[in-house]
Amino acid sequence: MTSNPTTDSSTTDSSTADNPAADNPTAACADYTVGEPIADAKAPAGPIAERWDRRRFEAKLVNPANRRQKTVIVVGTGLAGGAAGATLAEQGYHVVQFCFQDSPRRAHSIAAQGGINAAKNYRNDGDSIRRLFYDTVKGGDFRARESNVHRLAQVSVEIIDQCVAQGVPFAREYGGLLDTRSFGGVQVSRTFYARGQTGQQLLLGAYQSLSRQIAAGSVEMHARTEMLDLLVVDGRARGIVARDLVTGEVSAYLADAVVLATGGYGNVFHLSTNAKNSNATAIWRAHRRGAYFANPCFTQIHPTCIPRSGDHQSKLTLMSESLRNDGRIWVPRTAGDTRSPELIPEHERDYYLERIYPAFGNLVPRDIASRAAKNVCDEGRGVGPGGQGVYLDFADAIARLGRAAVEAKYGNLFEMYQRITAEDPYQVPMRIYPAIHYTMGGLWVDYDLQTTVPGLFAIGEANFSDHGANRLGASALMQGLADGYFVLPATLADYLAQVPSAPVPGDHPELTTVLAEVSDRLKRLLAVDGDRTPESFHRELGELLWDECGMARDEAGLRRALARIPELREEFWRRLAVPGGGEELNQTLEKANRLVDYFELAELMCLDALHRTESCGGHFRTESQTPGGEAARKDEEFGYVAAWEFTGGAPVLHREELTFTEVHPTQRSYA
Amino acid sequence: MNLTLRIWRQSGPDAPGELTTYQVSGISPEMSFLEMLDTLNEELILRGEVPVAFDHDCREGICGACGMVINGQAHGPERTTTCQLHMRHFQDGEVIDVEPWRSAAFPVVKDLVVDRSAFDRIIGSGGYITAPTGSAPDAHATPVPKEAADLAFEHAECIGCGACVAACPNGSAMLFTAAKVVHLNVLPQGAPERRGRVRAMVGAMDAEGFGGCTNTGECASACPKGIGLNAIGTLNREFLRGGR
Repeated sequence: MTSNPTTDSSTTDSSTADNPAADNPTAACADYTVGEPIADAKAPAGPIAERWDRRRFEAKLVNPANRRQKTVIVVGTGLAGGAAGATLAEQGYHVVQFCFQDSPRRAHSIAAQGGINAAKNYRNDGDSIRRLFYDTVKGGDFRARESNVHRLAQVSVEIIDQCVAQGVPFAREYGGLLDTRSFGGVQVSRTFYARGQTGQQLLLGAYQSLSRQIAAGSVEMHARTEMLDLLVVDGRARGIVARDLVTGEVSAYLADAVVLATGGYGNVFHLSTNAKNSNATAIWRAHRRGAYFANPCFTQIHPTCIPRSGDHQSKLTLMSESLRNDGRIWVPRTAGDTRSPELIPEHERDYYLERIYPAFGNLVPRDIASRAAKNVCDEGRGVGPGGQGVYLDFADAIARLGRAAVEAKYGNLFEMYQRITAEDPYQVPMRIYPAIHYTMGGLWVDYDLQTTVPGLFAIGEANFSDHGANRLGASALMQGLADGYFVLPATLADYLAQVPSAPVPGDHPELTTVLAEVSDRLKRLLAVDGDRTPESFHRELGELLWDECGMARDEAGLRRALARIPELREEFWRRLAVPGGGEELNQTLEKANRLVDYFELAELMCLDALHRTESCGGHFRTESQTPGGEAARKDEEFGYVAAWEFTGGAPVLHREELTFTEVHPTQRSYA
Repeated sequence: MNLTLRIWRQSGPDAPGELTTYQVSGISPEMSFLEMLDTLNEELILRGEVPVAFDHDCREGICGACGMVINGQAHGPERTTTCQLHMRHFQDGEVIDVEPWRSAAFPVVKDLVVDRSAFDRIIGSGGYITAPTGSAPDAHATPVPKEAADLAFEHAECIGCGACVAACPNGSAMLFTAAKVVHLNVLPQGAPERRGRVRAMVGAMDAEGFGGCTNTGECASACPKGIGLNAIGTLNREFLRGGR
């Protein structure tokens, strides 16, 4: 490793205190340098199906009697964080856990609708661990690490058992056994679900287990407390700096290891399906302290969201991918056809996914469905206000199955759609349009889920590890719970068993420095006293990213964004308005502070997108497409993970070469 | 639309609060109630005034973070969460009162933000099935009749928003507690801890200072997830069983 994790531009820059922009270098870093390659040194060699067993056997254990002496900080209480906190506490560690919400039950995992994949093969339809592994590597467009994905498929089986034992009320058949359905990109039925609220039910299962540990005193829970920086002492992660959102107090919390389970960074786009307060500060601050950031340009655009209704729009709402099991997607055959859908006869409709991809039809992967929707809208065949929409039509399903059956499967989604749009999807087709939904990129981690900062682990959407350049539906829940319940608890023990746990003195200079930096940043945000709201900057940044680093990207646009972001950031530090003080509940200050990190992250995303001149998965460079308009990968040149090191100036690119011994990379075909 | 808002402003838990009047204009019927408040807050920031604090997160009706009493009704006139309430349900020129959840067990933190951690403590007292990670048998080892699974699901839908408490004249948390008891007690996996669970949870609920249930039924009519009053009957029955 070439980085020195304790060095940070803002700690070495003596002008920080009096120069508001020093925290955010204004140099347009459209360039970067290339550093040493990076490799995952933790995955054992040998047959892929045996690697996880071998790693678990070789991992050192912590004597049960010593676990209580080990403190682990877990940031976030979603599926990954909630599962990890509960499991580590059950094992006997002392867990100190944080969430910015008022309760650990509210993390954004709760909004996941459709389901969770597992290679149970209860349907006897040819599913297996091997097939789930294969589908995930292929679905990710061959940009994920084989050993991690195989482990995910193996562990998936145990997740369902665990959740059922907790009382998660999955959908069942009349015989009392579990029901499953299909999701995009696969030809088996392996998705377990709880109506359209699978994420909620899985999260409540983890939350209840966590609550049991909180009540037992094994987990010290800090709700309404947001991590604002990472403490790295003697080259190891030893704690965090966090702000009590009610009193505004900024404090240091110390531990033997730190686990980030803080989710993705989709909200950098302003409008996304993420919860309003989901943010990138924890992972970005960790990045600034030495954790490499992998594949930041791999963002997922979900094909089926409710189109925006106006400029007031504060967020977008997803309509579950499971709807594509029974709904048929279409637009009028001719551009400019503004007739209402029931007046357009069958032969004047274009069921374009069924036409272009007959094998998978409406169930092609998300990146392909999103781009196809954009293409037909770009041709002027989009429907609804502004032509930014396509129909998702249930008329055939209602005729075939009856309204009651459709209602039983999708009732709550239909209700949600109707509440938002005031249109009845039983009568008229839904209108949908793609929106930012998930981020495959995240902190670089090895097979043990450890970042490049020793003692700092990243789990769930916060890491980059399993989904390559495109995530398949119902795989986020699977990964979050795999990491939290099963993977991290095994690999973290190996780390804790090997490091001495000399306590960090409370007056250590690093603590004093970082606490002062965090307080100083908040004070500077309050002191600008300008005339623009944080929201207005966020909206402008998001629109810029959506236009230039969204569904289709090209060099000119990415360069435009890279030139514009520093200007916007400069304006932010000049014109920002944040009323109120720092020592109270101040939601405007929270938002402004998150934006500081979005500006820097947005720049790295554009730089990553610019350097990767191939198309793969959700990253579509218009310069790199097949004659048929599909993403054209360049495996020779880009068959690697781009892991970026923060320097304060031009970032350093470290490549992790991907080798495929089990699944041979091919042009993905869903036709 | 132009609206007059009378919003409860309270700078902190111990500070006195009052209803403050604001005018908002240019409100689109397509906006959600929270987007309407966003519009007000943007104006307040530009005027250098402190914006109205309110909890919100997913804005899809599932996280349970948002909740305010609108014209005297928890979550307002529609049976949904505040984030899913749209302005098309209001008239141009209307005067709208906006207050926080009011209950002794939910102290005000600031403006419309209240402290609902009492709910977390009720769950921690017994609202779980003890199933440490790694201990589970195969998911199909115990079939669960579909009726039981569906019943469990319908009660597990509770989002913990607190509307039931806010709507109840006694500030009772019976519906919240009952929903979790029904969810877990009807499942075979929840059976071993069935008796202890209900006693512990009712005990925790009483200790938090929630009021008693007098079968008014306001809770069920305010519940955005449609959890019915029957749950409370089941809770009482389970409680009596648990005492034997």
